Amino acid sequence: MNAGSAVVTGHEERRIPPVRPEIELPEVAPAGQAEIERVLPLGERLMNLALVRRLLILAVLAAAWEGYAIYVNNPLMFPRFSDVCIAFVTDCLDGTLPERAWTTLNVLLLGYAAGIVCAAVFTTLAVTTRIGTDLLALLTSMFNPLPAIALLPLALLWIGLGVGSLVFVIVHSVVWSVALNAYSGFRAVSPTLRMVGRNYGLTGANYVVRILIPAALPSIVSGLKVGWAFSWRTLIAAELVFGVSAGKGGLGWYIFEYKTQLMTDHVFAGLLAVIIIGLLIDAVVFRFLEERTVQRWGMQ
Amino acid sequence: MTNAEPPLLDARGVTLRYKTAESLVTATENVSFSVFQADRFVLLGPSGCGKSTILKSIAGFLEPAAGEFTLKGRRITEPGPDRMMVFQEFDQLLPWKTVEENVLFPMLTTRRFRRPEAVERARLFLDKVNLSKFRGAFPHTLSGGMKQRVAIARAMAMAPEVLLMDEPFASLDALTRRKMQDELLELWDELRFTVLFVTHSIEEAILLGSRILVLTPHPGRVRAELNAHTLVHEDVGTAAFRDLNRRIHTMLFGEGAVGRVA
Repeated sequence: MNAGSAVVTGHEERRIPPVRPEIELPEVAPAGQAEIERVLPLGERLMNLALVRRLLILAVLAAAWEGYAIYVNNPLMFPRFSDVCIAFVTDCLDGTLPERAWTTLNVLLLGYAAGIVCAAVFTTLAVTTRIGTDLLALLTSMFNPLPAIALLPLALLWIGLGVGSLVFVIVHSVVWSVALNAYSGFRAVSPTLRMVGRNYGLTGANYVVRILIPAALPSIVSGLKVGWAFSWRTLIAAELVFGVSAGKGGLGWYIFEYKTQLMTDHVFAGLLAVIIIGLLIDAVVFRFLEERTVQRWGMQ
Repeated sequence: MTNAEPPLLDARGVTLRYKTAESLVTATENVSFSVFQADRFVLLGPSGCGKSTILKSIAGFLEPAAGEFTLKGRRITEPGPDRMMVFQEFDQLLPWKTVEENVLFPMLTTRRFRRPEAVERARLFLDKVNLSKFRGAFPHTLSGGMKQRVAIARAMAMAPEVLLMDEPFASLDALTRRKMQDELLELWDELRFTVLFVTHSIEEAILLGSRILVLTPHPGRVRAELNAHTLVHEDVGTAAFRDLNRRIHTMLFGEGAVGRVA
């Protein structure tokens, strides 16, 4: 057989690879002069940062806004970006915006905490009993698609104007996503980890607190995040419908008020505040929580 | 058997059944054996012989349908830290705890050791499995072999009556597995703990076991109880090793069967 002249199509010819001499180096030579690592130029390193790229996009969008507003020249309908910034800063400095935001956040925290307590009750029922599981599944599938704000008229009817009604709709917006996520988190705890916990003789609350909750934490945190986003939107929407309780209005009311006064730059400033607070909670509070827990533990 | 000392762990006519969504499966039928102090007792059999189910039942996760397991004469009814389990799965470490905290966790939650003593034991056993440097690392940063070492250290630090190992090396690559087998034997040589080891590899059973319980599949019944206390890694390839290997192979797969079990 002629080496290298095998017929390409012929599987019948049993080809054998050529036998070559063995190679064994006495010692592997040091890595020589080849460049192993080089620092990238500053520009390229900066562009690799997501924050820098996103700030750049923001700047472009702001410039487009400014340009379009100058072109339209109708501050009533479409104020300039710079005017919005000025309105935002003045209202921040004279304390109006922080005060309104504080009012909103107070109500929100109250509702959020109440929602989590309700979710904990539902999750406990769902994890421990089969009827509880069915109850949670049924209620979640019914109420999760229902926007919480749609319950506001009923809340007003039952509870009346005031913080109570706001808390009612916030609880509704938080409870289902938190309970559902926590429940699926508990269900997904691996059988091995469960057996490890029981192997140590852990039972009851000890078992839940030391094994199940940390193991389900990724789902619990993502439920809390979704619940936060829902409740924030719901509250702002509810405040737009009726914003004043006990003489103090929140951010939604701030937006509504300035709309009726046709001070559109302040309306935008209010929206900006809503966005910034939402972002801050998500990027600071939840990011911090995730970095300290699930990311650090490699569970995400 | 003429043995003056009473067995540490006794299985008497144990039948194990578990339910799946569709049916009631009999995993083992009328299995009896005795494990003595410092035994390296191996449960060997092909998949489906119920060897893991036996281990889980000894751990207290599954009540026997008939017969009973006794540990030091007391009937096993529920899980407990006197029988520490090492699983095959790498996710048996608590991911939210560091290596050292993982080893400390059972010692502290069971109140078996006070903190200073537990810390000392954790260091000692992490040292024994060569993981002292990784004390502060989180499990997700470790390789599979290292995770299994932590699990072994965690179980041994508890000083259980019996160590239950459910194919702990089955998910490791061949080189790491071989190293871990040697390390386990070294540890045993030093500490003389009692271990019940489940495997489906005849070679691993001969290497690690001092006594091998051979089980037949569907449902698991005892086929033989063999001695292998003289054979270690150095004996792989010797006539005695090959003979025992072939003997077990024939028991499991019949005379005509060729090839090897993994």
